[in-house]
Amino acid sequence: MSNKTFMGYRRDNGRVGIRNHVVILPLDDISNAACESVANNIKGTMAIPHAYGRLQFGADLELHFRTIIGTGANPNVAAVVVIGIEEGWTKRVVDGIAATGKPVAGFSIARNGDINTVAAASRKAKEFVHYATGLQREECPINELWVATKCGESDTTSGLSANPTVGNFIDKMYEMGATLCFGETSEITGAEHIVAGRAKTPEAAEKFMKTWSAYNDFILREKTDDLSDSQPTKGNIAGGLTTIEEKALGNVQKIGKKAQYIDVLEPAEAPAKGPGLYFMDTSSAAAECNTLQAAAGYVLHLFPTGQGNVIGNPIMPVIKITGNPRSVRTMGEHIDLDVSAILRHEMTLDQAGDALIDEAIRAANGRHTCAEVLGHVEFSLTKLYRSA
Amino acid sequence: MSETHFLIHDKDDSVGVAVVETITAGMDVVGYKMDTDEKVTLKALSDIPLGHKIALRDLAEGDTLIKYNVDMGRVVAPIKAGEHVHVHNVKTKRW
Repeated sequence: MSNKTFMGYRRDNGRVGIRNHVVILPLDDISNAACESVANNIKGTMAIPHAYGRLQFGADLELHFRTIIGTGANPNVAAVVVIGIEEGWTKRVVDGIAATGKPVAGFSIARNGDINTVAAASRKAKEFVHYATGLQREECPINELWVATKCGESDTTSGLSANPTVGNFIDKMYEMGATLCFGETSEITGAEHIVAGRAKTPEAAEKFMKTWSAYNDFILREKTDDLSDSQPTKGNIAGGLTTIEEKALGNVQKIGKKAQYIDVLEPAEAPAKGPGLYFMDTSSAAAECNTLQAAAGYVLHLFPTGQGNVIGNPIMPVIKITGNPRSVRTMGEHIDLDVSAILRHEMTLDQAGDALIDEAIRAANGRHTCAEVLGHVEFSLTKLYRSA
Repeated sequence: MSETHFLIHDKDDSVGVAVVETITAGMDVVGYKMDTDEKVTLKALSDIPLGHKIALRDLAEGDTLIKYNVDMGRVVAPIKAGEHVHVHNVKTKRW
């Protein structure tokens, strides 16, 4: 198992990407139009429009920069054109991405207008596409994959099959020395003691409990009843989930039975303590969580689902796994790996985990996932509070 | 292979989870423990919908329900092996 390899793009900073995007990245919402024009002019580029970047301040502004810079810095991105309304913040993004050693250039619209900006940025983007398409994949050990996970549209089949399939993958990849990530602070509630117990060090456990408690204190402050009607939801209860503890334990099946996390990351913070599993403080909304994990440098995503979520990401391939035979039947075009055989007692979790490793290697080698083929490029910035 | 009616996450769990749509009261049902693959047979005493839980042993009021080998809540009404386990006889310990 541990001698498995994949074909990836090795970047100047040593990290390995599994896609080779030339990204046209807006600093702010008002630069989306120029970025989309450049992406329309220059084939082989991709604009990543978004809703924010103006008048933010404090921790919220820092998170914006961390997410935008991290997106450009991700090893799945070969080169980046950054466009912003003014020079200062544009340059901050360019400098942040340039630290990886990859080609990056910034353009500001003020005093140039969209048309001149688009012309200059298009010429640079063309250069970058020639550069990127000249790069070759090379053989890399599987432990150089950075893999993140998050689940969505979960049901009782998730806890029985798709989530523990990811857990089996995580346990095996952890043993091999890969760099891994899970999050969803709010949905850990009910299993926080389990997650605290999975920390590798007392410091990591303490950091996790501090992060989770900050969220839980907010819930306890705002709640108006005993929450029995909210968590689990009516839909969860109809599906067979009885308590919040049961729902949360289904969620944390994704981290397997053995892997221990070595650190707790801020949203979009790149892991810095070497290979292993990390917990990231994220929203439980799929697009927000995935965007933060990609910005931290994760190149591949595992997304187990029950009822069938259709999520993708612009720069990070998302592999979707389900054990729900109805979801396979009714929305099979979104499902990369069908593990419903587990429910029929025809497949073990060990076999399912191995099948997921094979699927991950295929995606890493360049085979497009369902979300990529169907054009799912959800990019959602996490906003901490109102702008100034 | 004969039909599998329910699965059990961990060997000490007090419940299994129905994986078929056809568990009705009086049926002899077969399940497996996912970690050890040990076979378990019992008689269903209630209708159990897909994804819902079936008790593997008798549980008294005040007992702790174990699933995933972890505390999932408190038993609030006596449950017999083979009965449906849900919000009518188990409550969270959180709130």
